[in-house]
Amino acid sequence: MTTEAAGSTLKPETPAQAAEAVRWALSANEPLEILGGGSRRGFGRPVRAAHRLDLSALAGVTDYEPEELVLTAGAGTPMAVILPMLAERRQQLSFEPPDYGPLLGRPAGQGTLGGLIACGLGGPRRIKDGSARDHTLGIQGVNGRGELYRGGGKVVKNVTGYDVPKLMTGSFGTLTALTELTVKVLPAPEETRTLLLAGRDEAAAVAALTRAMQSPYEVSGAAHLPAGIAARSSVPGVAGAGGAATLVRLEGFAPSVTARVAALREELGADAVLEREESLAVWREVRDVAFFAGGGAGDGAMDVARHVWKLSVPPADGPRVAEALRRALDAEVYLDWAGGLLWAAVAPGGDGDEGAAVRAAMPGSGHATLVRAPEAVRAAADVFQPLPEPLLALTRRVKAGFDPRGLFNPGRMYPGV
Amino acid sequence: MKMPEPDAGVIERRRELIDRLRAIVPGEGVITDEHERRAYECDGLTAYRQLPLVVVLPSTTEQVSRVLKTCKEMGVKVVPRGSGTSLSGGALPLADGVLLGLGKFNRILEVDYANRCAVVQPGVTNLGISTAVAADGFYYAPDPSSQIACSIGGNIAENSGGVHCLKYGLTTNNLLGLEMVLMDGTVLRLGGKHVDAGGYDLMGIVTGSEGLLGVVTEVTVRILRKPATARAVLIGFPSSEQAGDCVAAIIAAGIIPGGMEMMDKPAIHAAEAFVKAGYPLDVEALLIVELDGPAAEVDHLIDRVAEIARDKGACYSRVSTTEEERLAFWAGRKAAFPAVGRISPDYYCMDGTIPRKALPLVLQRMEEMQTTYGLRCANVFHAGDGNLHPLILYDANKPGELGRAEEFGAAILKLCVEVGGVLTGEHGVGVEKRDLMLHQFNEVDLNQQQRIKCAFDPDGLLNPGKVFPVLHRCAELGRLHVHGGELRFPDIPRF
Repeated sequence: MTTEAAGSTLKPETPAQAAEAVRWALSANEPLEILGGGSRRGFGRPVRAAHRLDLSALAGVTDYEPEELVLTAGAGTPMAVILPMLAERRQQLSFEPPDYGPLLGRPAGQGTLGGLIACGLGGPRRIKDGSARDHTLGIQGVNGRGELYRGGGKVVKNVTGYDVPKLMTGSFGTLTALTELTVKVLPAPEETRTLLLAGRDEAAAVAALTRAMQSPYEVSGAAHLPAGIAARSSVPGVAGAGGAATLVRLEGFAPSVTARVAALREELGADAVLEREESLAVWREVRDVAFFAGGGAGDGAMDVARHVWKLSVPPADGPRVAEALRRALDAEVYLDWAGGLLWAAVAPGGDGDEGAAVRAAMPGSGHATLVRAPEAVRAAADVFQPLPEPLLALTRRVKAGFDPRGLFNPGRMYPGV
Repeated sequence: MKMPEPDAGVIERRRELIDRLRAIVPGEGVITDEHERRAYECDGLTAYRQLPLVVVLPSTTEQVSRVLKTCKEMGVKVVPRGSGTSLSGGALPLADGVLLGLGKFNRILEVDYANRCAVVQPGVTNLGISTAVAADGFYYAPDPSSQIACSIGGNIAENSGGVHCLKYGLTTNNLLGLEMVLMDGTVLRLGGKHVDAGGYDLMGIVTGSEGLLGVVTEVTVRILRKPATARAVLIGFPSSEQAGDCVAAIIAAGIIPGGMEMMDKPAIHAAEAFVKAGYPLDVEALLIVELDGPAAEVDHLIDRVAEIARDKGACYSRVSTTEEERLAFWAGRKAAFPAVGRISPDYYCMDGTIPRKALPLVLQRMEEMQTTYGLRCANVFHAGDGNLHPLILYDANKPGELGRAEEFGAAILKLCVEVGGVLTGEHGVGVEKRDLMLHQFNEVDLNQQQRIKCAFDPDGLLNPGKVFPVLHRCAELGRLHVHGGELRFPDIPRF
């Protein structure tokens, strides 16, 4: 235990100690900020808690059997430990975990498995293989009553009882202090290449991405970078494309990738093919929103004071939403998920309510999340999409079902949640 | 199997209930006649039967909302039902409960190729979705064996899988949006044509909740372009252990086949006798490995799989050369259940999942159990994901055999949990495995799950008697045993 000016940090070394820490918090009625590596601490609304529950000592891979396609590890296990271990056996987490460290002004590679799952993230391969929610098989954790419990299982196929692990993904530590996770792992692709279409406008780009997604070629990445953002890429083939870059990724066994690249290049009229290294590099940038991080990616002058928003919309709506964002705000926008994901860097200080303007840009269904902004802004804004009343009421009841006293990360998602 | 004690007070008010339901759902939508109610007395788990108090078949979300609200006001339990194909008794009626059938919700509302999704009503069959988009080269990936009959709403309740789910995922991985009604009549929309619903993943918790959290009234699913080609290979082994090793080696080589099924000798013989699929009869275990995708990929991988099989001691290998032949390979596997039904008057299908490495041990222990319980057993197995389907052969007309079959089944499932697996991989807990839940979870785990139930349905009126061995009252579950002034942990713990 260490004591900081504002309160204490509880750092349990076993799940039982984590439960003891929560029972203390319950008795003392002291809320806790739940931390892993702290790399995503700036994501979400600021937490009002004097004490911290630091789970980083609950680290270590306890079970990894490549043939069973599962990995079990302590919630505090650094991703920097897990990812190389998987790579050695030519496996991966197929949802392509993003690293928002640099985007949020922290070093890269600091995240933990628990933090990744709690934030429910997914990278560019989301369009094919899903996100963290689709790969979390089992959990152990402490609820707000100080009870250590389990949910889900340690096999890839399981429908026994409620799918509690799903509820943990994207709950930002507001339901349970996770102590251990079991995730599904899958073979890593042998080969990866990317088709590049140069100079397309957004509407033409998303039309091409839609065609690619409707093809039988199993596209695993579909993004569009407008000229100003493509120029910021560290990948010469992208920065030098001469304007906007529309990217279509194909992965798998080498003979298959070769055949699909040839067929889809012809169908889409692609201008270039990025080979393995360039392909890997540009998708890392797309995944980690490197174009909006300070430094790192290329030499473009990114203004890190810009607020960064993430919008999830029906893919075909992408170009319209991007256009509306730029009309309403001073915003730079790029698209992933074949148009279904928009990353927007918005210059602060515009007139009126920025969040309302961002959300007004979505004509149909969708949701917007403020991923990067100074603490004072996040404290005052709806960081997550406001929920309609009956959904908010249900959300509060679910929260109370896990954490009746509101001990965990109070206010991180919504007021009172 | 003990179901909740029927509430005599509710049964006494049946007349009033029927009148109120008729005011909401006119005409033939409220079924009271005993003969007609009989059609709903069981689902796919036919060993359990119960006449429902009344059957109601609404056709709009508003009617569902009003029916649920009325039932809540009157304290009446509700059992939702899709096509009634559950193999775990998920739609087993209650003597004092309303059976809420969603069969009239049978329309495909929209197919949206630009967003690769379809919006459908919950009573549409699983296959109905694929059929609707087939002409354009698309399909809906999860394919439970009952796909001709089972409804997409039921698939959501059970989080259904199928033979292709190792590669393409279960229902939960292919769902984008839902409209659902809570027991108090509240209509909610979760997700849509975009991904990730925003806020807690309530769609994720509703999927696979076996009708205990809400009634789904509209569904948005992801549709995929059909793979360009598919080829299958039949591989025979002198032992199940070698077949299991081959499966592990295929996965270790980085290959995730579209389907990977295993059958043991009794299942092979039953299937071959029934459909003449051309299976070898002199092998102990048979694998069907299907590879799908671009032709270049399938050709490449089928060679690699055949090579791995040789390495692992395969004594038989045959690659499909035509689509007819591929379908014939599958015909035997898909007919395995009815085929077993031909060699035995009755059979009881189990559904545990195990870590694949435990397969030799589990097969050996099941062999021993056949002697213990005096019943035979045939095995089909989703080999890729470790999901076992032992079929226990019995004769319901012989006194004591059903009881022994159930005991045998329970022993198999306990064994699955013992080796690190789970009670059910795709059929659900329902009433069937309800009383085994404490073998997989402890009291604290189950109470936490029930508090989720309380958030959705605090009176416990929706599908009670399923999933949980004991349904605690929410007030009891909500109590927090912390007393002001007598803190049990007055000091910050030091580790």
